[in-house]
Parts: sequence; structure tokens; C-alpha cells
Amino acid sequence: MAIDTDLVGRAFPPTEPYRVTDVKLREFAAATGAPYDGTAPATFPIVLAFEAMNAFLEAEQIDLFRIVHGEQRFSYERPLMAGDQLVATLTVDSVRSIGGADIIGTSSVLTDDSGAVVCTTKATLVHRGADA
Amino acid sequence: MIAGTDLEPQSYVVTRGDLVRYAGASGDFNPIHWSDRVATSVGLPGVIAHGMYTMALAARAVDAWAGGPGRVVELGAKFTKPVVVPDDDEGVGIEVTGTVKSVEDGLATIGLEVTSGGAKVLGAARAVVRV
Repeated sequence: MAIDTDLVGRAFPPTEPYRVTDVKLREFAAATGAPYDGTAPATFPIVLAFEAMNAFLEAEQIDLFRIVHGEQRFSYERPLMAGDQLVATLTVDSVRSIGGADIIGTSSVLTDDSGAVVCTTKATLVHRGADA
Repeated sequence: MIAGTDLEPQSYVVTRGDLVRYAGASGDFNPIHWSDRVATSVGLPGVIAHGMYTMALAARAVDAWAGGPGRVVELGAKFTKPVVVPDDDEGVGIEVTGTVKSVEDGLATIGLEVTSGGAKVLGAARAVVRV
């Protein structure tokens, strides 16, 4: 199934508010062997970005197992901290087809409960269709 | 950090157990990271590491060089070659090297080279940290 190029520019609804906890940050840091001092590991925002991506894939009936991560970028306004309450809002930036695979460019912006942007994440998703 | 400096290489090992643990911590339960059956069904050589796991190791190296977590203002990479993780006790090695490209206005840009078994696995990998 090819991905509809009409998706370009579409913003999906924000994820449910996510409360960042000390326990979760500690677990994530430990899983990657990183030292933990109360600030989130640099790649932690992927937890929220991934949730936004899953909601997008589900809405578009795209199978997760056909997705391979092509590229990921983060830019941080500040480190995430325990106690932050965040939502992620995903927008589809681009869709193109190369050799039977769809290359989907997405941005997920993480905002805190005051509406301030904490982190902007950009992901390129490579979708290998069943007939690829 | 001084422009042109090569930072001390950091070495890590990734096992299947690490991927399971990372799946739980990150919420990424894509079966290509734990099932050979599913991984090969989509044309992969076998179970591969989460690209984000490899990137997390690169970030860990950056934290080590920068003097601790919380200093990264930008981080990015392309996942150019999958890291196949064998179902054994030895796992697979990941090597992270970095070069300080520039230092300006309290921000250092670090070019990252991330390899596994001598092959580059991340492309255009870069971090910007507060110094």
C-alpha cells in the first residue's frame, strides 16, 4: 500500500498529556547505560515522538513492522525534566516514493503545559510496502 | 572544547537483552528489534538494533565528552546501515568517535562517526552542546 501524498502538511491531534517521572527517566537512562542526574537523556523525547508516530500510523493503517527509521533529529529549547507535562503534535512534512518504499518525513513538536516548545523532533520513516 | 580536537573514542556492546530492555524503556516494541522471523520477513538480515538505541549510545558518548547530561541542544543522524544483533552472549560492538568541528557563542558542534565492525552505521551524525 503506497502512502497517500495528500497527507503532506496534515497535523495530527496532540498526544494525551504525558507526565515525565523520575522513575521513567532513570529506567530510560539505565537501558542505554547513561549516567542519570535528574535531567532526561538527550534521546528521551523519542518516547513521546514515538507515541505520536504510533497514533499517526494507526490512523493511517500503516503497519509498524514495515517501518524502518531513516533519520532522526532533535533540537532542544531545554532538557526535559521530571515533573514536565508534555504533549507531542505530529505533522507530516513530506511523502515520496523510492524503489517501492515510501519515505515519510514527520515533525513532532513537544510542548509543556504552558504551551512552550521544549523540543522539536524530526523523523524520516521508511515504509516498506508488502509488494516492495 | 577546542575546534579540531579528536575526542576520546567510546566503545559499547549491544546484546539482544539490551534491545529488550530498551524496547520496554522507550515503548518501541517493533518486532524487527526482537523477532528474527518478522525481521527477515521485511527483508532485513535478522533482528536489528533500534536506530534510536545506537543514537542513544552516540548521545552517551557526547555526554561523556561534554561533562554530563543536559548540555545537548541539537542531535541528529541518518540510520544508514542496520546494526544486526546476533542471538548470542557476545552481542555486537559500537564505536563512537567525535571531532570538535567548531566552537562559537558557547556552543560546540561535534561531528560523530559511529561504526560497528568497522562499518559506518550512522550518517551525518552531529551534536551541538553547550560548553
